[in-house]
Amino acid sequence: MLAFILRRLLQSVGVLLAVGLIAFAMFRFAGDPVNQLVAPDTPYAERLQIRQSLGLDDPVLVQFARYAGNAMRGQFGNSYQFRQPVSTLLAERMPATLELALCATVFALTAGILMGVYSALHRDSVGAKLLQAISLVGVSLPTFLIGILLIFLFSVTLGWLPSYGRGDTVRIGWWTTGFLTVSGWKALVLPSITLGLFQMTLIMRLVRAEMLEVLRTDYIRFARARGLTTRSIHFGHALKNTLVPVITVAGLQLGSIIAFSIITETVFQWPGMGLLFVQAVQNVDVPIMAAYLLLVALIFVTINLVVDLLYTIVDPRLRLSVRRAA
Amino acid sequence: MSPVKFRPLLACLAAATALVAIAGTAPASAANTFRFAFQGDLKSLDPYTLKETFTIAAHGAVYESLVTRDKDLKLVPGLAESWETPEPTRYRFHLRKNVKFHDGSPFTADDVIFSAERVRAPGSNFQTNVPADATFVKVDDHTVDMVLKNPNPIALYQFGGWYIMSKTWAEKHDALKPTPVAATTPSYAALHENGTGPFTITEHQPGVRTVFKKFDGYWGKVESNLDEAIFTTISNDATRVAALLSGEVDWVDPVPLQDQSRVSSSANAVVVNAPELRTIYLGMDQTSDELRGSNVKGKNPFKDVRVREAFFRAIDEDAIVKRVMRGQATPAALLIAPPLFPLSNEFKRPAYDPAKAKALLAEAGYPNGFEVPLDCPNDRYVNDEAICQAVTSMLARVGVKVNLIAQPKAKYFAKILKPAFDTSFYMLGWTPSSMDSHNILFEIAGCRTDKSSPRGTTNLGNYCNPKVDALADKIERETDQEARNLMIKQAYETIMNDWGYIPLHQQALAWGVSKKVKLVPRADNQMMLFWVSKEQ
Repeated sequence: MLAFILRRLLQSVGVLLAVGLIAFAMFRFAGDPVNQLVAPDTPYAERLQIRQSLGLDDPVLVQFARYAGNAMRGQFGNSYQFRQPVSTLLAERMPATLELALCATVFALTAGILMGVYSALHRDSVGAKLLQAISLVGVSLPTFLIGILLIFLFSVTLGWLPSYGRGDTVRIGWWTTGFLTVSGWKALVLPSITLGLFQMTLIMRLVRAEMLEVLRTDYIRFARARGLTTRSIHFGHALKNTLVPVITVAGLQLGSIIAFSIITETVFQWPGMGLLFVQAVQNVDVPIMAAYLLLVALIFVTINLVVDLLYTIVDPRLRLSVRRAA
Repeated sequence: MSPVKFRPLLACLAAATALVAIAGTAPASAANTFRFAFQGDLKSLDPYTLKETFTIAAHGAVYESLVTRDKDLKLVPGLAESWETPEPTRYRFHLRKNVKFHDGSPFTADDVIFSAERVRAPGSNFQTNVPADATFVKVDDHTVDMVLKNPNPIALYQFGGWYIMSKTWAEKHDALKPTPVAATTPSYAALHENGTGPFTITEHQPGVRTVFKKFDGYWGKVESNLDEAIFTTISNDATRVAALLSGEVDWVDPVPLQDQSRVSSSANAVVVNAPELRTIYLGMDQTSDELRGSNVKGKNPFKDVRVREAFFRAIDEDAIVKRVMRGQATPAALLIAPPLFPLSNEFKRPAYDPAKAKALLAEAGYPNGFEVPLDCPNDRYVNDEAICQAVTSMLARVGVKVNLIAQPKAKYFAKILKPAFDTSFYMLGWTPSSMDSHNILFEIAGCRTDKSSPRGTTNLGNYCNPKVDALADKIERETDQEARNLMIKQAYETIMNDWGYIPLHQQALAWGVSKKVKLVPRADNQMMLFWVSKEQ
């Protein structure tokens, strides 16, 4: 088992290095950071000096080696545009992204399961068909469009909810939270729905399909024959057995919610890591881009590792094959 | 579905709603708060780090300069109450007394001398704002002399962007050197301010929000009635407009052209348009022996003045203004905006004449036109790519096949600017930071012949006429304004006769402003907080 984990960890390091190298090679094509940093009529000599001080004249491999070396010591350099350490900036933005991701996941799970169960139990009702249609919209409309539509309806037309930002936040240690203020909660509503909508439809469809499957199985039929109440059959037996794959999918999706909140954060000017990344791309802020990509890679690698470990715990057959291989 | 199981959830929801309702009735603060949003960030609070319009304007609320510019961009006294020139190379500034920095320390001549050094130190992006050959001499605590080596008619033109910092504060916080744009260590001055202006910054979260508060110890009278101003970046166009329409912000910049009528017809906001100083123009490679990316081999068509005239005449600028810019632009005859050159009304833009353009091309030996790539940014100027598309189709009508290369500014500038100069035909926008023609004649229209000189750094196509260079050198020194203007006029006439450039237009600034707010749209696109008033 230990060997398995060690091998996995080693592979993870390899993945991170590969991501870093590919990212670094791509930044070459993102453009020239210097022109984004200075005024158009900055003297040429000054530009040259800036290039040199940023080490942009060195070959890509040298730049990468320097970066990787610093990164291993926990130093991610300074952002070109904000002149602050990247780690500080990411730490400052992380609470916003995590709180948004959490709310979006909770929304997706709650609404998704409720809607899925309803449409499985009342398969032919008008309501179920309506939900199916809505879920189709959720899958097919791009995130930014949903965000803009929500803003247009709830901010501009009705004036109920704010169109941008996080509202007022409260600082607890290094963490800033929007959970403790009214404006913070209000600001969370639209972005959470936008970000969670796709996952919600996914979960709803999954729950519906699984539930229909389970309802056809023998033990449900036996339960009915035994005269159990419908409620206990549906929620005590059927739903419980539906949830195993749902939880797996939701866990995996959490990673992508965190990583791909970029678009939602841009639309709502949500001051999280995704927005920071988009701003960095526009300004060719290489240190931020590199650190963010590494962080996202790390999140995925960690989630996959945990999932792999969980599988071996859940499924004894896997454990056996691991032992044999080791 | 079971109603029983979900009862706790419902109760929870009800409680949460009630909580929101109770908290929502908290009394609104009485402070008069102005909220404003820009598409970009306020990247540094160090006033010498980044020479960019919005940043300079935001710093202008907290920092002040010796000489400043009023609502019509005329030079007026700032921290210098008055000044005189006892001899052409000496300026004497009389400083205001009773001026205090936000940390309470008094403003004196030492601060001016310190700031003059700091602004010209390596790493400053504002080195050219103060003449390089100037030495500053303290006469007494409230008098400073600026001594120049040569007479300089525009010595004070850029003083408006040179903000005065406190020497003692900089010493205390290890901020003696300017924060370079490529800073490797975070600097105190980049995250804190200490100016003399009517506002202080109480909170600054880079890229997220910045809070300005009224400074009670300000020496002068302030037009604004604001207690507080909160700046946020909103980069997404649609979100920015939505925030304005829903009344969450009072000012946004810019309002995209396609949203302007919607904003104007809304109940709580209007679009304020005013001509800007930036001139959008096309440039042509007049120096390479063979045009890059063209089907004409072995020679460069743009070296022929008839081809350049044909290009100029083939472009229907009025149509671009009307269709692409939806009326929000002014056709330009010169490379400089009219407010910056008093004699610009003596120039007329040569007329659109496609028939003549065709004839000229035939005369030059290209009866069937030729192929040329056009470099264009797509996220830099108002509708930049659309303008280039219009130019492409207009040139197609006279037989020239233009291959449009539109890319984001990060890539575009790396391709066309020095040292690459990798372009045959390009679109660019330019505002002379000195607010004076010499900058244009030197930077954009000066020959690149001398490689060691900064002359012609942004003359990407190397338009070159020694007559213009000679005039530019005289213009740099001439202190008699009238004679100087005549020389500038002569230089522009020369460029025009050479068909050296194709000026297109000055785009209009487009601010979205709440109806509760009164402010001043200055032609340099700087929104000054101290001119903002808001009804409560």
